[in-house]
Amino acid sequence: MAQIKMSKKAASIDMTAMCDVAFLLLTFFILTATAKVPEPVNVDTPSSTVKTKLPDLGLVTITVGKGKDNVFFDIKGRDIRRKTLELMGNQYKVSFTDQEKDQFALMESFGMPIESLSSIIKMKSAERNKQGVQPGVPFDSINNQLKDWIYTARQANIELGNQKDLDFAIKGDAKLEYPKIKKIMDILQDQDINTFDLVTGLRGKDY
Amino acid sequence: MAELNTGDGGGGKGGKVRSKKQNSKVDLTAMVDLAFLLITFFMLTTSLSKPQSMNLGLPDQNDSTTVDKKIKVDQKRTMTIVLGADNKIKWFHGLLATPEPGGAPTEAVYGKEGIRKEILKRVKSVAEYCAAKPGSKPGDGLIVIIKPTKKANYRNLVDILDEMAICSVPTYAIVNDITPEELKLVTP
Repeated sequence: MAQIKMSKKAASIDMTAMCDVAFLLLTFFILTATAKVPEPVNVDTPSSTVKTKLPDLGLVTITVGKGKDNVFFDIKGRDIRRKTLELMGNQYKVSFTDQEKDQFALMESFGMPIESLSSIIKMKSAERNKQGVQPGVPFDSINNQLKDWIYTARQANIELGNQKDLDFAIKGDAKLEYPKIKKIMDILQDQDINTFDLVTGLRGKDY
Repeated sequence: MAELNTGDGGGGKGGKVRSKKQNSKVDLTAMVDLAFLLITFFMLTTSLSKPQSMNLGLPDQNDSTTVDKKIKVDQKRTMTIVLGADNKIKWFHGLLATPEPGGAPTEAVYGKEGIRKEILKRVKSVAEYCAAKPGSKPGDGLIVIIKPTKKANYRNLVDILDEMAICSVPTYAIVNDITPEELKLVTP
């Protein structure tokens, strides 16, 4: 039998290196990814070409939804959250248990009057963030809890011994009418916070 | 070539020595597919979920009554942009009653082809004007006064602030007191 030499071509490419690279990148992206925080209100932010990043710590975000009141408050940083809740509780004579404070420190943004805040602390995250569960922090002239939250957050920040003052960001819906956003800015300005960030989305380069 | 690989690697004499070839390679195609799919997913979600922000500094409210009134600026340097309802803009250069040449109240749209052309034109011309004028400081240039009406929305405000950043307008301010005449410009 004559031996016929068949040139054996490898039908498959060696994928080991490719696989290595792919998984390296995958690991990198998983580690750097920040989980998307669920929010109690859908906000469609306007876009801009400015690309300043928001700080990760010591940031107070005021989310303003489209509805009538719909103002939500969020502080980044567990210690500050806990301390703020304590101080707010003292001020409004609402007592919170230690467990509630711990739970609150881990929560995302909220929009409840302080009197009924403990009812949403009890809820699960998914329940809490359903649309319409939270009415928003009151901020009218009679009951301006938003102002007090901002004030106490700054106070808590100082009491915790942080050198840097808190940063403030306003996350407003694009369709929001100007007077409402103006009112939020005024509340900030009343406390001599004259510099703050407006949270925006990314806009294409050729805009 | 119709030989079956019967698996006897016995090495019988006279026959061919068939060493049984164990396939040492695992097929990685599916694994790579999956890995790249996940990479794509994480790449897109990380870059999109990072919020951008636009820094905004406003003048101190408490001092506004004492300081603002005293500052007199050259009317040739000011451009006023009134933001109206339904994404309408009216702008004028100089004073409303006596606008600068080519600066009469005009309607414009947002974006590259609209208001930006006018702003850029004036950023340049006012900078030249200030440089030629005796007694002006080096940083002087166009002053844009943004006047949002009650009907304007938040997107309009951010858009116009964005234009300020794009056109690198030296000085701009958001002013909330709108005169009835200016209001009339944006109400049809």
